Amino acid sequence: MQSILASFDLPLLIASLIKIVFLVFLVILPMVAYSVYAERRVSAIIQDRVGPNRTGIPLTLLGFKKDIQIFGIGGLLQPMADGLKFILKEDFTPRSVNTFYYWLAPCLTMVPALMTAAVMPFGSELDLSWAGLGAPFKMVIADLNVGPLYMFAISSLGVYGIVLAGWASNSKYPFLGGVRASAQMISYEISLGLSIIPAIMIFGELNLGKMSAYQDANGWLLLPLWGDGLSWSRLVLLVPIVISFVVFSISLFAETNRTPFDLPECETELVAGYHTEYSSMKFALFFLGEYAAMIIGSGLAVTLFFGGWSIPFGPWLSEWTGLQFHYEAGNTPFYTGLLHIGTFFAKIVGCIIFFVWVRWTLPRFRFDQLMKLGWLVFFEVALLNVFLTALLLWLVPLK
Amino acid sequence: MPTIVVQRPKLAWHEKIFLSGFLNGMRITLGHAIRTFKTLRGSKTVVTMQYPEQKWDESLPEHYRGAPTLVTDEHGRERCVSCQLCEFICPPKAIKIIPGEIPSDDPWAKVEKRPREFEIDMIRCIYCGMCEEVCPEQAIFLRKDYAITGTSRAEMVHDKEKLYDIGGVRTGLVNKWNDLK
Repeated sequence: MQSILASFDLPLLIASLIKIVFLVFLVILPMVAYSVYAERRVSAIIQDRVGPNRTGIPLTLLGFKKDIQIFGIGGLLQPMADGLKFILKEDFTPRSVNTFYYWLAPCLTMVPALMTAAVMPFGSELDLSWAGLGAPFKMVIADLNVGPLYMFAISSLGVYGIVLAGWASNSKYPFLGGVRASAQMISYEISLGLSIIPAIMIFGELNLGKMSAYQDANGWLLLPLWGDGLSWSRLVLLVPIVISFVVFSISLFAETNRTPFDLPECETELVAGYHTEYSSMKFALFFLGEYAAMIIGSGLAVTLFFGGWSIPFGPWLSEWTGLQFHYEAGNTPFYTGLLHIGTFFAKIVGCIIFFVWVRWTLPRFRFDQLMKLGWLVFFEVALLNVFLTALLLWLVPLK
Repeated sequence: MPTIVVQRPKLAWHEKIFLSGFLNGMRITLGHAIRTFKTLRGSKTVVTMQYPEQKWDESLPEHYRGAPTLVTDEHGRERCVSCQLCEFICPPKAIKIIPGEIPSDDPWAKVEKRPREFEIDMIRCIYCGMCEEVCPEQAIFLRKDYAITGTSRAEMVHDKEKLYDIGGVRTGLVNKWNDLK
């Protein structure tokens, strides 16, 4: 017993717990809520509408002239109102459903999406020596050496939630939605996995934190303009990287069921797809899972191709300003640690805005087009891209 | 049968893989987004009317059908003679009239009847304007009030007093009860 207790690394456990609470409850869940808000506002301005602009902190009750606004745009408490509405709605379970799986499905969508957050390096290091804590804390919950593999393994479990929802609902539209979801997600998983192999070949690394650190020192994969990035090899390698980025981002759209690949829940054909029979908080869980998957997917895209938490031109900025903007293992000041966290989430916000922008621009694919694109185009392109990268790495080796 | 052979357009490679279409679409939506965002920041929206702050009241058309009301004429006489035609024609049965006699010492005794009670249930009313159309005395008019609200069902029933209050005075049109025709 004593030996078991002694084997626990208590500071590590506490630090992990704090990081989990911070990342999941203080960052990802609010971010999910606000990306729904962003979705509504951006779709509104794209369609020349106003969008939800009323729900605010009622400061006018306290004698202020106006509610808090960002960029002159109100409605910032809309996500809270939405959440409250979901909680207060009637949680209706149709009599024909398979109750156990009907209840399990929303959880199975939400849980994998949040579990993948464990390996996401959301910052470099946080030096808390001013608070009396010695070694700097790594800003990642689990510093796994198989980051992307873990992510793909867990996030592919998300399809079970959707399939189970479609099957357990015992109704034709959810069933069709579930079938489509399984076919789509399984097909695009392959090209998603293959498309990041060129990036991994260049990093020579499967640890997401070390990938970010490499890009911080040597230029982002898609922006090799500083450090060792300023080499012929990296410039030539931009070709396969751009290809793999395009394949990756399009597959990500398919994987997260976003338009133009939102076939599992296409409203015009399938009512609401796999969550037709769901209401209240169970529906909200699907919603949260979908947006959480989007955030995590964006996080992976950012980590692989846009340098993760690294500030662009970090080493140069450090030289010019005298402050330290780049990461140095064990020697990163506190403010830089905070800046890195901010940079990471700013990049994710940019990605989400792009997701939303694409959704309100493109029409939906037909199902056969989707399958054809996945199996006949992206699979081959991603596969050939691996060989192309290998060839280029052999011709112009990295330093 | 004359037929027209429609030539399929020759597409360039970037059109075939939807690249130019995609970029064009993104450009258009971004343009709309930026334009609307700018107008939103100036808090003047071009298309959407910010309802409680901005209202359309001045530009309501003459024929606008708002809340049905009762009117008095230029002598302060209630025009309604409680013939109950509006009550009978009202499709949702929103109107309820209890007729009453005008006492013989009243200056308008020759009119004989006026409503003792006149109620319009504004929850039922569909603003169709049939009451106005059917009224032989031009006593009921649809006014431009459209925001009829209340906190209870009872509050939403307009009684006679309220109806005359909203309706006000209308002159002309019906002169048959006047001394000098």
